[in-house]
Amino acid sequence: MSAPTLPAALADATRDDASLRRFLHGLPGVDQVGVEARATALATRSIKKSSKLWAIDTAISMVDLTTLEGADTHGKVRALTAKAKRPDPDHPDTPQVAAVCVYPDLAATAVEGLTGTGIGVASVATAFPSGRSSRQVKLADVALAVESGASEVDMVIDRGAFLEGRYGAVFEEIQAVKAACGGAHLKVILETGELASYDNVRRASWLALLAGGDFIKTSTGKVSPAATLPVTHVMLQAVRDWYTATGELRGVKPAGGIRTTKDAIKYLVAVHEVAGEQWLTPQLFRFGASSLLNDLLMQRRTQHDGHYSGPDYVAVD
Amino acid sequence: MPAFDYAPAPESRDLANLKPSYRPFIGGEFVDGGGEPLKSVNPATEEVLAEVGTADANDLDAAVRAARTAFEKTWGPMPGSERAKYLFRIARLVQERSRELAVLETLDNGKPITESRDSDLPLVAAHFFYHAGWADKLDYAGYGPGPKPLGVAGQIIPWNFPLLMLAWKIAPALATGNTVVLKPAETTPLTALVFADICRQAGLPAGVVNIVPGAGDLGAKLVSHPGVDKIAFTGSTEVGKLIQREVAGTPKRLTLELGGKAANVVFDDAPLDQAVEGIVNGIFFNQGHVCCAGSRLLVQESVADELLEKLRHRISTLRLGDPLDKNTDVGAINSREQLDKIRELAESGEAEGAQRWTSPCPVPDRGFFFAPTVFSGVHQSMRIAREEIFGPVLSVLTFRTPDEAVAKANNTPYGLSAGIWSEKGSRILWMANRLRAGVVWANTFNRFDPAAPFGGYQESGFGREGGRTGLEGYLDV
Repeated sequence: MSAPTLPAALADATRDDASLRRFLHGLPGVDQVGVEARATALATRSIKKSSKLWAIDTAISMVDLTTLEGADTHGKVRALTAKAKRPDPDHPDTPQVAAVCVYPDLAATAVEGLTGTGIGVASVATAFPSGRSSRQVKLADVALAVESGASEVDMVIDRGAFLEGRYGAVFEEIQAVKAACGGAHLKVILETGELASYDNVRRASWLALLAGGDFIKTSTGKVSPAATLPVTHVMLQAVRDWYTATGELRGVKPAGGIRTTKDAIKYLVAVHEVAGEQWLTPQLFRFGASSLLNDLLMQRRTQHDGHYSGPDYVAVD
Repeated sequence: MPAFDYAPAPESRDLANLKPSYRPFIGGEFVDGGGEPLKSVNPATEEVLAEVGTADANDLDAAVRAARTAFEKTWGPMPGSERAKYLFRIARLVQERSRELAVLETLDNGKPITESRDSDLPLVAAHFFYHAGWADKLDYAGYGPGPKPLGVAGQIIPWNFPLLMLAWKIAPALATGNTVVLKPAETTPLTALVFADICRQAGLPAGVVNIVPGAGDLGAKLVSHPGVDKIAFTGSTEVGKLIQREVAGTPKRLTLELGGKAANVVFDDAPLDQAVEGIVNGIFFNQGHVCCAGSRLLVQESVADELLEKLRHRISTLRLGDPLDKNTDVGAINSREQLDKIRELAESGEAEGAQRWTSPCPVPDRGFFFAPTVFSGVHQSMRIAREEIFGPVLSVLTFRTPDEAVAKANNTPYGLSAGIWSEKGSRILWMANRLRAGVVWANTFNRFDPAAPFGGYQESGFGREGGRTGLEGYLDV
């Protein structure tokens, strides 16, 4: 059930397992040295003054404030929703974050805390983080998230099947999850740290886009390396190429390991120059992060107050 | 949502430690030159940066004499291990003063600060470190035991990489025991004279390095000077030919590194996004003022449209403007003369029927700027496919088969460099063996290393710079 809007060449690619494999293996390769050099070079952009302030506010508005621990409780999630609404109570003009990201059994609590705020609730699903379970269990996981009111579902792909070359299985699973999402936005976690090559990252990105993922997301945060700049470059190129081919805008979400404002700005520069200006919106770019928000808030204060305030002046959760 | 406009992030111009006047460096001292002083201009603003004293015939005689004396009395007889110490010291001083040198280079040349800071200066230091290592190991360079230096080397360098070309010339000459008289380019003499100060700081014996600023006529005098044993020239093919004619029939040795019209060949199985980066780096690095610039893009027809669309998008993200701004990708054209030449050639491209596309980037009102430009539908017979433009102008040609790519890539009187983009290793090796170019890059472009010899075929010159092979140009072997 490929999306009806796809151009013929792309619709053809998803006809069967063999076509899918031919299509994915026919994508241009990614030169490792080249993409890493480009990512390094672009990271030397110097973002100062008004553009830095703009970048900080934009980054805050793109944060999926995340807690994905075995020790998560309703209390922890409630605290997180409070923080999402008012990241910096001393500076009420601080933008809200984009969403709160939790496990599906806590999604209802997050929804309760965020009703009417416009802040999304993202729930991980499909046997996150490993994705190693039956289709039935994975879909039940999605159903739990959706029934709890999550507006966004972050699924993981079956990396085992992907690495075995069973692209059709991965494709179908993403489609099945997409169907189960109903109106909820689907983010497809590729877990790039387990895919081993940039070529695979590109293939997995296209696979997820073909199957209807609204976002492609780098990582669960549970595998190292999580998000890196070069991997994000490859994914940004994929959504740009997708846009060129179909006219549809799809999003990218790097997650895990982005902790500082400096890092976040490097990602925004990459979004700006690799994908394009259109992607500089929370509808199309997110940061999956927990500690990043506080660094952004501290840097924001520094920019506005003219001096550094320190970690005790922002709420820990 | 407003656009992500990068606020100006200029590097401080004070770091350049700019002085109102500079003087020639002869016999270990800065002296008043007898020539008409020249004014060095910041090509990004057209303001005069400093007045520079130039050498006249007498000063040149004095410089050659000082170099001869140093060669005979101090530098020539000095053991290699001692020469190495000076070279290591120079390398370290270049690193210590690299910010000053980078900002000064950017002011004088117009290249973006990111390039002078991240490419030129690190390479300059690397060249001195690399050659310092050779100084006491010349017995093992493959030229037999105890290879002898030539004597006094007269060196003439261009304005595109003022300090880097100086390093390419001076480091091997000194490592092998020669002394030098170097003439920097008329429009970019400043960093060479700060380098002279570094030589003094390093305690380099008087006369080993002499820097004589001046115009082309001074270069001609240096070439014909009877006290010089070797001429090393980097610059235009036109001047290279004049030099070769002048030197013919004399005992002087000669190495020439001249122009180029490099082909950057993209096959349909190339990593396209990285090929786009390589194409951009190949032709827009240093505003295209690079003799080995990938100025002819040869792309396989089956991917030409896709590649060109990606290329135009990428080029439109290039930021043109104040070279001192840390976010500038393309700086100023070095001189009005060069700007006129680029304009003239670009107009010929249009007149001959190629399709011109120019980046929509804003262009400053003041200074010498030329927006990145791509010509598609270019044919081998057009001037923009044959002549070196030496500016940010890319000519795009297409090919159907690998043989056609080889034929078109080699169809030039030049032969300095080439690039091949393919994920297939066997094709890269096949092609590299057939390209008549001194340097062939595979899946990259414009990468330099002091250990890698650089030089050309045919009208791109002869002799190599860098690596073990580069030592040969300064040894009597």
